[in-house]
Amino acid sequence: MVDEPLVIAGQVFSSRLIIGTGKYETYEQNARAAEAAGAEIVTVAVRRVNLTDKDKPLLVDYLDPKNYVYLPNTAGCFTADDAIRTLRLAREAGGWDLVKLEVLSDQKTLYPDMAETLRATELLVEDGFKVMVYCSDDPVYARRLEDAGCVAIMPLGSLIGSGLGVQNPVNIRLIVEQSDVPVIVDAGVGTASDAAVAMELGCDGVLMNTAIAEAGNPILMASAMKHAVIAGREAYLAGRMAKKRYADPSSPLAGLI
Amino acid sequence: MKITINGEPHEIEQGLSIFDLAATLELAPDKIAIERNRSIVPRSTFAETRLCDGDHIEIVCFVGGG
Repeated sequence: MVDEPLVIAGQVFSSRLIIGTGKYETYEQNARAAEAAGAEIVTVAVRRVNLTDKDKPLLVDYLDPKNYVYLPNTAGCFTADDAIRTLRLAREAGGWDLVKLEVLSDQKTLYPDMAETLRATELLVEDGFKVMVYCSDDPVYARRLEDAGCVAIMPLGSLIGSGLGVQNPVNIRLIVEQSDVPVIVDAGVGTASDAAVAMELGCDGVLMNTAIAEAGNPILMASAMKHAVIAGREAYLAGRMAKKRYADPSSPLAGLI
Repeated sequence: MKITINGEPHEIEQGLSIFDLAATLELAPDKIAIERNRSIVPRSTFAETRLCDGDHIEIVCFVGGG
């Protein structure tokens, strides 16, 4: 069975794994991880240029925007206005209108502020952006984001950087079932099985940063994540067996000696 | 004249353009985006946009992030 590719805002991707570019020891390590992950999209942040240390390495010199789709994020933004300002700068810096919106509520949880997130989505869509939205796993807000015109819904599996996996698979599944745009679990993945769980729920992709960057061997974990996403996707497409309460022998009962 | 760049005060020559400023700071114009007094300065207008005393300039680029 041949799978359909992932299509986000008309762009076709063969990889369903999106990776971040934060927390790596070096950009060089980051580039090797991206390659091992088979990622086609990488998230990036927008920050003030370093005016004092001009020799500081630049991300674009290691992950070429010609080879990877840059997905500018709004990490660190706590209001819709800050997020919109950041993404307008990102659009000017890179010329891309595909963006990752995240409007956070507090430093301790980095939980998405959904009222501000929805407001920012509406304003960004109006301004011509193609918005992939980091959001809570609330199916009602997910529907509102889709109605507002977002191009991908990206509910958290668990808190950003927590590595706690998919904490509410029931809600993720509800969002998958109701959505006509891709659903990508963003945040919370800790190890390969978490990514597989997300994909087995029918998600269209997984976005992760810390699970790879803070692994003992980030390059090997990137490769593991690539396989986990493929495995989870294939398991979802294959359709899992029914769960049973008691044993069901695999060998025939007839002909026993 | 005095301007603010990324929150820090800077003393620059009169009549400099945004393009000149980027050159002075050794920044490649195609790798940055600039905001002047909270409005984006399109890259195509860097050369013709003159800085004024008291301008607040933000210069950003892409860095690693999740």
